[in-house]
Amino acid sequence: MKQTKTTKPKTATGMLIRRSVFAYPYVVWMAIFILAPMLLILYYAFTSDGAVTLENIVRASSWDNLRVLADSVRFALYTTLLCLLLGFPVAYLLSQMKKTTAALLSVFFIVPMWMNFLLRTYAWKVLLSAFTNMLYTESAVLLGMVYNFLPFMILPIYTTLIKLDKSYIEAAADLGANPRKTFLKVVLPLSMPGVISGVTMVFIPSTTTFAISQLLGGGKTMLYGDLIYMKVITEQSWDTGSALSIILLAFVLVSMTFMKKAERKTSDEGGGRLW
Amino acid sequence: MVSRLKKFFSGTYLGLMLVFLYAPILILIIYSFNQSKTLGNWTGFTFDWYAQLFRTPEITDALVVTLSVAAISSVVATVLGTLAAIGLHAMKRRDRLLLENISQLPMVNPDLVTGISLMLLFLFVGLRDGYTRLLIAHITFNLPYVIFSVLPKLRQSSDMLYEAALDLGCTPMQAIQKVVIPDIMPGIVSGLIMAFTLSLDDFVISFFAGNGVDNLSMYIYATARRGVNPALSTIIFVPVVTLLLIVNLKSIREERNAELQSKKVGMKR
Repeated sequence: MKQTKTTKPKTATGMLIRRSVFAYPYVVWMAIFILAPMLLILYYAFTSDGAVTLENIVRASSWDNLRVLADSVRFALYTTLLCLLLGFPVAYLLSQMKKTTAALLSVFFIVPMWMNFLLRTYAWKVLLSAFTNMLYTESAVLLGMVYNFLPFMILPIYTTLIKLDKSYIEAAADLGANPRKTFLKVVLPLSMPGVISGVTMVFIPSTTTFAISQLLGGGKTMLYGDLIYMKVITEQSWDTGSALSIILLAFVLVSMTFMKKAERKTSDEGGGRLW
Repeated sequence: MVSRLKKFFSGTYLGLMLVFLYAPILILIIYSFNQSKTLGNWTGFTFDWYAQLFRTPEITDALVVTLSVAAISSVVATVLGTLAAIGLHAMKRRDRLLLENISQLPMVNPDLVTGISLMLLFLFVGLRDGYTRLLIAHITFNLPYVIFSVLPKLRQSSDMLYEAALDLGCTPMQAIQKVVIPDIMPGIVSGLIMAFTLSLDDFVISFFAGNGVDNLSMYIYATARRGVNPALSTIIFVPVVTLLLIVNLKSIREERNAELQSKKVGMKR
């Protein structure tokens, strides 16, 4: 008895320190392949001939480039809005179904997330050129983006809605709210955490996509991703490419902070957390 | 009556959305059995596209690269990531939060930026081999997904189990192997599956970080202008959908069984 009393705390803390050793291989990997590459981007963006400078950033924020960024943001906003309009009803209808049916059906809506997005975009390219004259227009790019990102809107809203406590809805009905009012005043506000993470999951990747606009826009629609692609791959200009990446990253971080704030405002528990 | 009408409309809407999501791929699959080179006119049934698929070395190579990179990178990421999660979980709060935040970088970073940053690193250290570059890139972006699917399981499980194992004479390694790992197995498996599917599907990071060795996404991108063999869609679509359906249906069935069980228990009471 005495023995356990004196040794147990010691071994416990001793083991706690020892167990953290298991993370070391990963920490080394992280330092080399996550941190070092990011530092390299910063280095290329903020130096020229070894001297620290803002030159690259200034050059990268030219009017033309900012207009491309604004265009991408416009496209991303349209995509997000359309995904929300199409996806929210899907998530809502699924959440209203019998639990097992909903679980099964929802799988079909989520599976496309894991299907090669290039192949799916290519499929639209073939379809649009065979059956319509829409290929290489802005609408085609928009269609491709909505198509690719729709599941990312449905999933978080759906997971928030199925976790929603049904007694709230019953309470609203008991207190005399009609179904429409219950939806607007109870379901919709409570689904906001899911909506916000859906918006984040659609808006950010759709600001940075580049393959969709190349495949379906035929190079006519230049998005920010295409611009970075051009600088890095075609012109092999690491400085400008890195500076553009830093601007993009800053934009992404700012919009994410904004979304996080909105999320905190709408709920304390923050359902539908995906990252 | 009203509820039946509602059911009809909701069914129609969901059906239309599923058509929107699946039709393009399904049409490609149907036309992979078409003799004609162009979509839209059906001239007869054939397996020619499939025969041609396996005679095109670029495609078979890309297939091998995609599968082997997915397998190796997901396994390595799962081992490294699980150990990392166990280590992180045991760390002091401040260290843990710092490392967790850095770990989230590849998930938060746009793929484009992750890809370019890795490309710059590979150029900097002079790593030329395309296959190694792909492997490293895939392990790197897979790691956080493994870590963050294992960490919640560790939080659910009790540290007492680990300590009890030590008290009963296990070495730390044995305790991890025999007590901790079995306890967090569901998290490890879902991390592995997620890593595997992410790797199968990746384009942007591979495109920038790679060097001359193409996976399927890179191959499709490179040949999209000339036209991709439609049989490729079957080869990619069918296994992925089957895999995901098996995994998901299994978990649904388990859930339903658990539900039935709890109902039975409730009835007995």
